Amino acid sequence: MAWFEQWVLTVILFWPLLAALVILWLPKTAEDRIRRFAVWSSVVPLVLSVLLGWDYYTRFLNGQGGIQYEVKVTWIPQLNAAYHLGVDGLSIPLIFLTSLLTTLSLYYSARVIRYRVKEYFFLFLILQTGMYGVFMALDLVLFYVFWEVGLVPMYFLIGIWGHDNREYAAIKFFLYTLVGSVAMLLAFLALYFAAGTFDILELMEKRPYEDNIWAASLVFFGIFLGLAIKVPSWPFHTWLPDAHTEAPTAGSVILAGILLKLGAYGFLRILLPILPTAFAYWGYLIVALGVISIVYGAFVCMAQTNVKRLIAYSSVSHMGYVLLGVGAAGVALSGQVSFFDRNSAALAMDGAMLQMFNHGIITGALFFLAGILYERAHTFDLRQFGGLSSKTPYFYGLFMVAGFAALGLPGLAGFWSEFFVFRGAFDIVRVWAAVGVIGIVVTAAYILWRVVMNVFLGEYDEARWGDKIWDLTGFEKATLWPLVALMVFIGVYPTPLVNFFNRAAVEILNQVGYMF
Amino acid sequence: MAQMIIRLTPELVLMVTAFVVIGVDLYTRRRIARRLLPGISIVGLILAAVAAMAQWTVREPVAGTLAADAFAFYFKVVAAGLVIVVILAGTAYMQQRTRFLGEFYALLLAATVAVYIAVSANDLITLYLALETLSILSYVLTGFLRGDRRANEAAVKYFLYGAAASAVMLYGFSLLYGLTGTTQLEEIAQRLLAGEVTSELNWLAWPVVVLSLVGLGFKASLVPFHQWAPDAYEGAPTPVTMFLSTVSKATGFAVMARLLVIALPTLSQYWLALLYALSILTMTLANVIALRQENVKRMLAYSSVAHAGFILLGLVAITGLGSAQPFTGLDGVLMYVLGYTITNVGAFAVVAAVEDARGSTTLDDFAGLIHHSPFLAAAMLIFLLSLAGIPPLAGFVAKLFVFAPVIRSQYYVLAVVALVNAVIAAGYYLRVVKQMFFVPGDAATSTWRLARGMEVALWACLIGVFAVFFFMNGFTTWTVDAASAMLGL
Repeated sequence: MAWFEQWVLTVILFWPLLAALVILWLPKTAEDRIRRFAVWSSVVPLVLSVLLGWDYYTRFLNGQGGIQYEVKVTWIPQLNAAYHLGVDGLSIPLIFLTSLLTTLSLYYSARVIRYRVKEYFFLFLILQTGMYGVFMALDLVLFYVFWEVGLVPMYFLIGIWGHDNREYAAIKFFLYTLVGSVAMLLAFLALYFAAGTFDILELMEKRPYEDNIWAASLVFFGIFLGLAIKVPSWPFHTWLPDAHTEAPTAGSVILAGILLKLGAYGFLRILLPILPTAFAYWGYLIVALGVISIVYGAFVCMAQTNVKRLIAYSSVSHMGYVLLGVGAAGVALSGQVSFFDRNSAALAMDGAMLQMFNHGIITGALFFLAGILYERAHTFDLRQFGGLSSKTPYFYGLFMVAGFAALGLPGLAGFWSEFFVFRGAFDIVRVWAAVGVIGIVVTAAYILWRVVMNVFLGEYDEARWGDKIWDLTGFEKATLWPLVALMVFIGVYPTPLVNFFNRAAVEILNQVGYMF
Repeated sequence: MAQMIIRLTPELVLMVTAFVVIGVDLYTRRRIARRLLPGISIVGLILAAVAAMAQWTVREPVAGTLAADAFAFYFKVVAAGLVIVVILAGTAYMQQRTRFLGEFYALLLAATVAVYIAVSANDLITLYLALETLSILSYVLTGFLRGDRRANEAAVKYFLYGAAASAVMLYGFSLLYGLTGTTQLEEIAQRLLAGEVTSELNWLAWPVVVLSLVGLGFKASLVPFHQWAPDAYEGAPTPVTMFLSTVSKATGFAVMARLLVIALPTLSQYWLALLYALSILTMTLANVIALRQENVKRMLAYSSVAHAGFILLGLVAITGLGSAQPFTGLDGVLMYVLGYTITNVGAFAVVAAVEDARGSTTLDDFAGLIHHSPFLAAAMLIFLLSLAGIPPLAGFVAKLFVFAPVIRSQYYVLAVVALVNAVIAAGYYLRVVKQMFFVPGDAATSTWRLARGMEVALWACLIGVFAVFFFMNGFTTWTVDAASAMLGL
């Protein structure tokens, strides 16, 4: 299967772009053809990413690990920049997540997007290529290019198909991300001048600035700014509530489900392995920002009346777990913690990676559910509803699964990521982890009290809503079931996913010299 | 003698073409002339660019006053390409507004000759004469539409500023001549280095650098010598704006780079400090003012002033001149000039098309452009994203190549200022994007038809904008070669 080895990544990466170009060529009026074509075309990368995961899993059962399916073609020899792709246990689940959420989003959008159909699907597919590229790139120039490629389509998705305050949200999203990414570009250039290459694997070996903590910190913060805005970490999160609230349903799903992961992925792929000393030095800062995000995000959720805004802030809170896990691993690397189980760093990182995946499916489902509610009621205001549990039991059931997964109920996906993060972090940064636990309690409160009580329990306002709110229809069920099934599956049997992530975590930690 | 004529082929070809254009315009019927003239001009420009290729490997000076090297070749090819785009995009525009098309092309070609001489000028007098020729032709082109009051105002303003600036520059040159006794750039450097300038005259270093930079800063539209630019760009016929904001500006930078690096390396501490300040001032001031503009043409005028500040980053951070490698600063200037001019000429072409359809170029005229002409809107979007430095477009390559030397020289303050400015610029480019894509237009003007030349010009710019990114390796080789050729490496 040599061709699979060589071509699978390139095909997954550029397939959506090709599909987008085909859509550009279809006539604007052939809306149904465009819809069908977009949905079906996105099945190809989905199937390929499942095959990719399967193939990698068998390899790794045979003892092969690390970066596989590498492609390296010289691009700008003068700068040592190449078209260099490769994936490991960290990126493969995220590529699968991208494929799954994109296919579901396209499938859902095909039925709810009613104007400017051609542009919508064109942009969505471009966005998909950008996201794949970030998860596959092993070259900083390439990484940066794909990082930015995703920016423009999302700006349009928010600005054209979003809700009332869409233009403001779109430009805020664009400019915030741009500040971070230009800072990141400058830091990449500093890495280049220190090591003479843009290749991520070579940079991992060379570890520029290892002996100069001051310079390393400067570069660290350049990259950190770019990633922390994307994640987003408190205090860089202010673009997120606007963007997520105003985006169309599928846009919110992709934003929360995948675009936030790009930032978290950068922490694990670039920041930690290339600048381990600076990362360890600033480990407590990352932990602190993570914990503040967890607690602050959760408390802000308590005050929301807009269901989408609430889910958006819950993303700030939930991505805080990722930072807590990653930061704890950094603290462990610094060697400042004397008594702890040496496995804890890996466990914290496992938790962070699991949280990336689980947050993707859980928040993805929650945004779909919020969008479905909006399609009927044309409002996101929690206070307008009540008693939907009896009127729409199916909707209620799926919402409860996703909601309980979000608050970390054992047996559902969210539990494992929180468990791993806190199991790891508690050993390393005990006090911070203990403070972070407040977030879990408050999460339960806002899910149950703000959302479930307001929307599903209480009295159904028959006079106001009457038959305007109906239960899930076929395509909505089809959109939600894969996500809900995954939540349950991972909740019951997380082993395969943990295997992927643990392998990657151990490899990264070994790479930076943390021997097990 | 024969050798010298061969070296001057590109300039001669352009001169001859200009005269042919005038002749055809005089002696044929207007209807035939109309069809023939753009073609003749374009063929002349292509021939000139091809002829310039003979200079690719040559480094010898011509008659002691011109350096026919790869550096000049680079600018000659870029200028020829840009003027072709100007002609293609501008023909329909000018046809609607004036009867004197022959003169327009002839002036444009003559201005290109001046550009060709300026970019290879290796002598203060040649340099001055070439720049002055370019300036005078630019004044005429700016005021070409005599009936248009705004164009007249722009031309007069431009002329007054230009005359003052070039007088100041000439004064600087005269001081330089007085100090060294020569007008030849390399000899000036040698005499300054050999210490023939006595220490009592050291105080003249500041006046020489400042006065010379006034004139060049005027051409390159650096703040605070930029006040003419927004008015001239806005008032001039849009094709002329395309020329001024790209070819003319690029020439300013080519001359500035050659003069500073070849003739005044010993005074680098002075001009580096000055350019550092000018770069920050130019980027920041122009961008902040651009944010408030309601007229897209004027907004792009301020934007092109701001881009001059970005180009300066390359000159400020000039380093590692000893070797032919990328990221030395000088190649960044070349790369930025390429990426910026291709993009900007396209953006102004779209403005010209909108002006043709709507009669003016306010932000409201761009409302709902996607519905009126999806092609124009998509093209403008790509140009604006490129100007904002988003990959995979030429503007990103440009930014990469000027940011890199800044980081290499560890000018972190400058890097942060550039970062902030890149974001501010994106802010006002997005205002236009918002108008084109988010705001519904009026249904009355449904679909627009573009002139064929305009379409070809836009496609050429679009392909160029993508090509600079995807063939970055080739362009890197080219710019590095050009930069090292000028340095005699």
